[in-house]
Amino acid sequence: MSTEQDLRALVISVVCQVAPDVDPAAIDPDAGLAEQLDIDSMDFLNIVVEINARTGIEIPERDYPKLSTLNDAVGYLSRAQALVAGSGA
Amino acid sequence: MSDFVMPSLGADMEAGTVLDWYVKPGDTVKRGDIVALVDTSKAEIEVEIFQGGVIDELRVPVGERVPVGTVLATLHPVGDEVPVPVRVGAPAAAMPAPAAPAIAVTALPAAPPAPAPIQVVAAGTNHRLRVSPLARRVAAQLGIDLSQVSGSGPNGAITKADVERARPAGQPPAPARRPGSPPPAREPGDRQAAMREAIGALMARSKREIPHYYLQLEIDMGRALDWLRDANLQRPMNERLLPSVLLLSAVARAAAEMPEMNGFWTDGAFRSGDGVHLGVAISLRGGGLIAPALHDADQKSLEEIMAGVRDLVQRARSGRLRSSEMSDPTLTVTNLGERGVDLVHGVIYPPQVALVGFGAVRERPWAIDGMLGIRPVVVATLAADHRASDGHAGGRFLTLIERRLQKPEDP
Repeated sequence: MSTEQDLRALVISVVCQVAPDVDPAAIDPDAGLAEQLDIDSMDFLNIVVEINARTGIEIPERDYPKLSTLNDAVGYLSRAQALVAGSGA
Repeated sequence: MSDFVMPSLGADMEAGTVLDWYVKPGDTVKRGDIVALVDTSKAEIEVEIFQGGVIDELRVPVGERVPVGTVLATLHPVGDEVPVPVRVGAPAAAMPAPAAPAIAVTALPAAPPAPAPIQVVAAGTNHRLRVSPLARRVAAQLGIDLSQVSGSGPNGAITKADVERARPAGQPPAPARRPGSPPPAREPGDRQAAMREAIGALMARSKREIPHYYLQLEIDMGRALDWLRDANLQRPMNERLLPSVLLLSAVARAAAEMPEMNGFWTDGAFRSGDGVHLGVAISLRGGGLIAPALHDADQKSLEEIMAGVRDLVQRARSGRLRSSEMSDPTLTVTNLGERGVDLVHGVIYPPQVALVGFGAVRERPWAIDGMLGIRPVVVATLAADHRASDGHAGGRFLTLIERRLQKPEDP
């Protein structure tokens, strides 16, 4: 189970992998990733696919809007992880 | 003996800077091999060679900016009697530093003669460094030799973090560039200004020379999006398709039926494209755009289009497009829907003769069979060159695109 801090580092690292010209220090955690980083739907899809590959968390298409900012994404993943852990117990 | 020249990587390119050579004298290359990395004002492009042979001389050193058409390298046909050049085997690193007066590589002091049999090495991908543009800039600032840095990014790409890790301990964060180190890729500000200028010049030429006509058609996307949602439910995350894939597929297949929309206007005449190579407009972070070719898009399945676009976007962002992708597009598609606009009146990318634009998919009141309903609707627009076609043909083209989008299961 990853801490919120781990998840935050993971999301930042995935964003920078998909968008290598992004300066991680410049990401505003409460602003939409798409607007501030010029991320389009293809970049965004690549981000969720990579998050899934690294964490195993399944993100249905209808939930994509729930990951639109860095803080939202961390919150979503943290809840999803807790849910998986809970159902497995 | 033949020449390999600085290619024109799009009608807006006048000159390019060699950032890296991936071959050295004596290397055998075949058609399509990537031999150099070139910085145009818009992007860093991997340049393919269109002729096989054995590299004889590299005439333009790394760091030098030369006009389109300048001889970059000379090569012998394979199997030719090759005079044993003293340069064979000389490491590419022996090329004069760009800071030196512009000495052509020809003037290179004779390297020790290499053992006779010419090394036959295809330009291997292992020789190529994958470097993000940010990492390249930082490395240039820090004076770090990228060939000594190991990459931790996708496919071993070197990232900014890798470069910073490679900085010798005790070195201050951003010293002045080491004298003699390769010049950095352009600074972001320079590149943006240069790209703005290149786009401006090309679009001014388009508006000056091309008699544009414009058409638009509202298309019901209900069936296509329902089909896509159901299809994506069955797919693992990494195989899901984006709606834009359906749009590209529809345009490509319609273009295959309408050759007058797919090709070039050059020297006062229309020449249709050899295949449908869709230019996919990709906006670059920080401004500017680039429209590399998705080759033979009309022959590709939706999955192949998705994979192709994903690859193009990724490489456009990380600065690794190939020369053929820059020069081949026969028809450009721009999708500005993501930015929320309703429609786009495109400016044709010369020497192409048409551009298809899409706005945002929005729910709108829509009458079908005498009933009013709410449907997701997209406005498709066509900007076309009146020298190559007229509104009648353009209208048919948009209608064909619409028809394709009503049968998403049979793209």
